[in-house]
Amino acid sequence: MVTATWYLILAAGLFTIGAVGLLVRRNPLIMFMCVELMLNAVNLTFITFGRELNDIGGQVSVFFVLVVAAAEVVVGLAIVVAINRRRPQATADDLSALRG
Amino acid sequence: MLPILAQAEIPEIHWLPLIPHLVMAGAAVVLLTIVSLVGSRLPPWFASAWTVAAGLGVLATAIPVSIRVSQLGPHSTIAGSIGVDHFSVFIVILLAGTVVLTALIADGFLQREGLDGPAFYVLLMLSAAGGMTMAVANNLIVLFLGLEILSLAVYVLVAMHLRRAESQEAGIKYFVLGAFASAFLLYGIALVYGATGSLNLIDIENILRNDNLGDNGLLLAGMAMLLVGLGFKVAAVPFHAWTPDVYQGAPSPVVSYMAAGVKAAGFAALLRVFFAGFGEVADDWQPVVFGLAIASLAVGSMLAIVQTDVKRILAYSSISHAGFILVGVQAATDDGVASVLFYLAAYAAMAIGSFAVITVVSGPGDEGTGIDSLRGLAARRPLLAAAFTVLLLSQAGIPFTAGFWAKFEVITAAVDARSFWLAVIAMLAAVVAAFLYLRIVVAMFLDAPEPDAPRLRIPRGPAVAVAIVVLFTLAVGVYPEPILDLADDALLSLRLHVPTH
Repeated sequence: MVTATWYLILAAGLFTIGAVGLLVRRNPLIMFMCVELMLNAVNLTFITFGRELNDIGGQVSVFFVLVVAAAEVVVGLAIVVAINRRRPQATADDLSALRG
Repeated sequence: MLPILAQAEIPEIHWLPLIPHLVMAGAAVVLLTIVSLVGSRLPPWFASAWTVAAGLGVLATAIPVSIRVSQLGPHSTIAGSIGVDHFSVFIVILLAGTVVLTALIADGFLQREGLDGPAFYVLLMLSAAGGMTMAVANNLIVLFLGLEILSLAVYVLVAMHLRRAESQEAGIKYFVLGAFASAFLLYGIALVYGATGSLNLIDIENILRNDNLGDNGLLLAGMAMLLVGLGFKVAAVPFHAWTPDVYQGAPSPVVSYMAAGVKAAGFAALLRVFFAGFGEVADDWQPVVFGLAIASLAVGSMLAIVQTDVKRILAYSSISHAGFILVGVQAATDDGVASVLFYLAAYAAMAIGSFAVITVVSGPGDEGTGIDSLRGLAARRPLLAAAFTVLLLSQAGIPFTAGFWAKFEVITAAVDARSFWLAVIAMLAAVVAAFLYLRIVVAMFLDAPEPDAPRLRIPRGPAVAVAIVVLFTLAVGVYPEPILDLADDALLSLRLHVPTH
């Protein structure tokens, strides 16, 4: 029997993979993918709780999160494109003009 | 139809409290439409003037909302997800004022940098509309949406100076860390939902009052993650790593909006969620906020001393100010909340004015932000140097400025809440921080200007903005009662209330 706990553990695992990936990977596109993974882990958590509580709030929240995630990627990719025009193949380590 | 769908019903909507938000967001959309249709025939100052008018329109429409709250008492609308109270009106007015002043500063700046166009103003107004949504949110998903509307616009604003590599670097850094923090905030919301069974702060508060969930692991983890997400937005240590880089790289008028507006919206959300929503389990989060406050005060004050770039100095000082505001949050009393609101208003004026001066002094390309570029400013532009001095002394908390009363109020609130150590550390941090503000003042007045320094041109917009905030700072410093009374009124209605359906 697969109980709700398993889904929550899976979601927590996905969230952790996303968070660690964001911190260790240097390619901006992979970093965005890690953010998406974190947001989708949250979606899975919302759906699981929504089903457990028999409440529609959790499922509705997922739609809002999906829309926000899409908008976020649009903005992020636009910034990456702007940087790539100036410096092709830039990774996060190349962006180090600001420090002190 | 699935049985679960039968629960959904259309709630009643009161439009009056939503008008300020609709004015702000609507003005952004209409401006974009007008400029794309007849853009070439409009005078260059049109977008700036439109934004100032929109901000003033929000101020005007906030007054009937305030009167209605006075008549009916605090209430909520749209199924309890929008809180209508003096607290939200206070933050809405603060954000509208920030938009007006930032639009004034940006006018000359955008023309100097060749960035003319409506994009800056449209994003500014959309971002402020998001911040206003955070201030009224009584529902965690509404809060998240407000935060994202606020943040997405600011990510673009930070990266908008396309010819400066620093601006784009700041943009991508802010975006990646911001998205990371948003994901934490959202996971926190999901866990709180799982623990309490509701996304509505009024329901959550009721549940926490009746059930003993103080040691529920899900709730504690959810609260911790919410604190991470909001701590990032207000730049509290240890979630501050982005602040110096982003403040240095972003266009200066954007920084003035971030320091004043984004911080105010972040603290409004923090108070709504933790003081109002999780007030019953304050024992669980107060020690954590205590730690954040001490870390922010210490790191902000200490690291600012070794900086040589004025924008970085002010970035670390904004971290230290966040620490002071957290001292008021930590008290978790009505006086503490009032002190936070007063501090936010005082800090907004100081921050906008300071970054307005930086905008003018930094010169073409927004390059001259080193402390060297301020040397001898008193000889070149005496009035500008005097205005900047007033704002810096206010940041340091010298008597007869707004900053003094702000620090006095938060420390009083901490003492009344018996957080004596926090009060002592806050006072020590104020002394250390005073040194770095005086360092800038000394550079302006005692050092000789560079012989080849070009003549500074001060556009009309920033001059008006600086004059307004300096007058505000001095007036509040001498006679703080009106703003203190407004802040006191605001806290009375922050406690959550039964929704009127």
